[in-house]
Amino acid sequence: MPDLMPQSSPASSEPLLVVEGLTKYFPIRRGFFKRVVGQVKAVDHVDFYVQEGETLGLVGESGCGKTTTGRCILRAIEPTDGRILFRDPKLGRVDICKLDKEQIRLVRRNIRMIFQDPYASLNPRMTLLDIVGAPLRAMGLAHGKELEDRVAQMLQLVGLRPEYMRRYPHAFSGGQRQRIGLARALAPYPKFVVCDEPVSALDVSVQAQILNLLEDLQEQMGLTYLFVAHDLSVVAHISDRVAVMYVGKIVELASTAELFSSPKHPYTEALLSAIPLPDPRPREKRVLLTGEVANPANPPSGCYFHPRCSYAEEICKTHEPEFDEVTPGHYVKCHFGRELSLTGVVRMPDR
Amino acid sequence: MPENQVLVEIKDLHTYFFLAEGVVRAVDGVDLVIKRRQTLGVVGESGCGKSITSLSLLRLIPPPGRITQGEILYYKPSAGDNGSVDVINITALNPNGREIRDIRGNQISMVFQEPMTAMSPVRTVGQQIIEAIMLHQKVNKAEARKRAIEMLARVKMPKPERTIDDYPFQLSGGMRQRAVIAMALSCHPHLLIADEPTTALDVTTEAQILDLMRSLQNELGMAIMYITHNLGVVAEMAEEVAVMYLGKVVEQTDVKTIFLEPLHPYTQGLLSSIPRLDESIMRGEKRRRLQMIKGMVPDPYTRLKGCPFHPRCPKVIGDVCDQVEPASIWVRPGHMVRCHLYAEAVKSGPAPSH
Amino acid sequence: MSGFLSIFKGKQQEPGAEVQAPSAQTKDERFYRAGQWQLVWWKFRRHRLANFAMIVLGILYFIAAFAEFVSPYDPLHRFKDFSAKPPSVIYIRDTEGRLRLPFVYGAIRARDPVTMRPVYKEDTTRIYPIKLFVRGDEYKFWGLFPSDLHLFGTGDPQMPLFILGSDHLGRDVLSRIFYGARISLTVGLIGVFLSFILGLVLGGLAGYFGGLVDEAVMRIIDVLVSLPAIPLWMALAAALPQDWPQLRTYFYVTIILSILGWTSLARVVRGKMLSLREEDYVMSAKLDGESEWQIIARYMLPGFTSYIIVSLTMAIPGMILGETALSFLGIGLHPPTISWGVMLQDAQNVQTIAQLPWLLTPVVFVITAVLMFNFLGDGLRDAADPYVT
Repeated sequence: MPDLMPQSSPASSEPLLVVEGLTKYFPIRRGFFKRVVGQVKAVDHVDFYVQEGETLGLVGESGCGKTTTGRCILRAIEPTDGRILFRDPKLGRVDICKLDKEQIRLVRRNIRMIFQDPYASLNPRMTLLDIVGAPLRAMGLAHGKELEDRVAQMLQLVGLRPEYMRRYPHAFSGGQRQRIGLARALAPYPKFVVCDEPVSALDVSVQAQILNLLEDLQEQMGLTYLFVAHDLSVVAHISDRVAVMYVGKIVELASTAELFSSPKHPYTEALLSAIPLPDPRPREKRVLLTGEVANPANPPSGCYFHPRCSYAEEICKTHEPEFDEVTPGHYVKCHFGRELSLTGVVRMPDR
Repeated sequence: MPENQVLVEIKDLHTYFFLAEGVVRAVDGVDLVIKRRQTLGVVGESGCGKSITSLSLLRLIPPPGRITQGEILYYKPSAGDNGSVDVINITALNPNGREIRDIRGNQISMVFQEPMTAMSPVRTVGQQIIEAIMLHQKVNKAEARKRAIEMLARVKMPKPERTIDDYPFQLSGGMRQRAVIAMALSCHPHLLIADEPTTALDVTTEAQILDLMRSLQNELGMAIMYITHNLGVVAEMAEEVAVMYLGKVVEQTDVKTIFLEPLHPYTQGLLSSIPRLDESIMRGEKRRRLQMIKGMVPDPYTRLKGCPFHPRCPKVIGDVCDQVEPASIWVRPGHMVRCHLYAEAVKSGPAPSH
Repeated sequence: MSGFLSIFKGKQQEPGAEVQAPSAQTKDERFYRAGQWQLVWWKFRRHRLANFAMIVLGILYFIAAFAEFVSPYDPLHRFKDFSAKPPSVIYIRDTEGRLRLPFVYGAIRARDPVTMRPVYKEDTTRIYPIKLFVRGDEYKFWGLFPSDLHLFGTGDPQMPLFILGSDHLGRDVLSRIFYGARISLTVGLIGVFLSFILGLVLGGLAGYFGGLVDEAVMRIIDVLVSLPAIPLWMALAAALPQDWPQLRTYFYVTIILSILGWTSLARVVRGKMLSLREEDYVMSAKLDGESEWQIIARYMLPGFTSYIIVSLTMAIPGMILGETALSFLGIGLHPPTISWGVMLQDAQNVQTIAQLPWLLTPVVFVITAVLMFNFLGDGLRDAADPYVT
């Protein structure tokens, strides 16, 4: 088995970001006094790491907790429990969950976010100069003429003209707005970017432009991405490794090649088999899931996937499986992760 | 192809929206043929006019929109199934008249992207399906209810006898879409227009719905006009594909040809700009740049001279593409392309037969 | 983006310009660089009725501001020989059929032998032309500058000009309406201003802090809204001492009106605050490191100021009607203060209406003002959020 870790210099062999047991429960409140009557387990003990310079894809269906996971990393949402270890260039190795208000501001210089909706994420009442310059000004990184120069440089970097600086967002189309959002995210020269479905609101031809731009910028600026998306083809294209989430938990994590060719979790298999492929030739085998995604406020016992799983046995109903490393770098949360032989969407080249 | 195989023929359809700030040419000369029992996939990016084409077919264009030119012929199979047809010119009908209402929802029905908007939230699923059945068929309420349950069972709704009395909000997105499909198919239409019916759904639910629609088509023998922006879905669903750009069909042929030998530069660009799940992933190549179409879809008030795609086209021919609008060229029977690149290869003009 | 272009007048897109990114010199640059208020203005300008309303209201407020100069007479000037005179008829053709500038005939007063009421007959031998900038009653403009210049009139005390007639005491109704506009049109503004402060602060608190504060404010609003307005006003107004100076009564009346007026605004502010908190761009500002104060001031407030303006505009008519109603019922302002409501007190009985119907003319002004504010509010509401396509 080849080494599936990304090629990296020895200095950065320690991951840039390590997430351990990350948990976010949203309380369900009812009645006049807002009594807590239950919990939505949006993110439930999630573990993963991201190496410097790589892209980790985080996929799953709506409501699986992928967006919440991404937002917890910036503390845009306060996590309930867990550790988020980040190698900050200034602060050193810190647990983001434990930082105070001032420190979190410092860390947010290095961890930035790109939003899904190119219309909702830009303040329509501010010019590009103010939008892209906001992090620089608020973080005290630049002001006056310097700030303007930096904004101009950022706009150029994402493929927009610097003279657009005085315009408002309404002058731009969806794809261009996503470029503006990218310029804002990258303005403080971050190390890590959480990309929350950055292309899913865009048309196909524009989506390709933004994906290419993301890759170019990653190379130029040495960025590390957590790429949250529901479109598996897009995730496969951009990610080095991919994590699959189901009802608040990561059920499988492996290199892109492994995950798409030989998945080890039945949910991953079903997910891959459901992708509509732009290829008119008939598919070999199709796994169709029955039933519905489990309710994160009231999940089933044992393995959350067992009511829909065609390989389920008694143990799956009673015991929650461990998140195991079945082959180097390939983690699966399934009792039969080592035994099942499942079908991917891409065939391994014959060797 | 014998003439009686054609179900709907759209000829040179123009649907314009007359707004204060200009005319939006949403549909600007569309020719399409939908054959019986066939699935026609209509693909294009947002604003290409694919939804407006389908709304024109049902005469559901909201003002200030208007069909300004062209005709839509509906070859209505006669009841006796003796092969004879009545030709109805849909464009000539009164949009609120009895004839179109008899066609709408009965012979041609529609499924929309957002199932919640297609159903009334204050009435049960059953009430709505029963109403649709009783509106178009002469049956009593008990019989209609029986048929509604049958229909829900057909769309593989779990426990149809109970679901029939549920309100739409009690169902999940996938189940809601099943209910909408049940409602649309309750009168056994000859044509089902599906406008991005799975776009709002998750990929595993989408696969279930697509599977369902395919099997229902086999069972009921209807034609489907499947509108989507997702090329993967088109490949799975359609037999014939029409690619639209800025209100025009730029290429139309069978599904294999469109994916394997596309001719129009826009089709080629679209196909190469989607990330593929293929062997290149296995090689672990990180930088597999996507081919992309430069620029973006122009704003809807613009009217471009010449070919609407010329400013973005990589194969643009100077002084031709930006001056002359290309005509429909049949490079061979069954493959139409609107592009100057193929003008010399074949004589232009309509194909001898469809 | 396309929907917005609709608000830019005279916009002409050049073919293909948007495909090759347009250079900074294209005609649309003005649109691309337009801020919120510019866009709102462009959109508002397309609303014909609202523009018309704005002009009418402008005229009304001009009249209110310059009442001393615009009205032909002092509103308290009693023309003893011309009490209860119907509106003067303005002629431009005299008895010999000659065209001349607008004029009125002299009037001969007689008494009806049965009812003993004054009856006026035109004396076609005396002609009083209507002149501009005439000298007449003395006044102190805004209480500061003494003058006796009036915009129009006959300039002859022998035959005053009663465009809308005179009342029982021989006072010019038009002049009184003009003076009354001062109170009636500003009571709304000041009341709305007070509502605005209350609504913004309480609604803002509820929306920003949420939780218990929100609950408390919303319940207070529920209670206030459920109180019947007229009895409440009556109770409060009855509590005002009758011997207070007019200005003070006026001020308290506005406070009474705004006690109920702030609730709807507070709801608007709260709702907007709650929805804006969830906007991606507000979260993004937080991640950019903007301070709470900056987020509120630069990201959230501008997002709903236009809505506040709309709801304020829509609240003014209610205030105007409130003042009119209170004064009409005799529990608001009293003579000698002049307001439209006070004037309508004179027209309270059927006899008066039958004999001096022109005393009802303030109603026309009330209706006009209220309608125009509603039209204006309509236009503003449509223009308020130029970013919704």
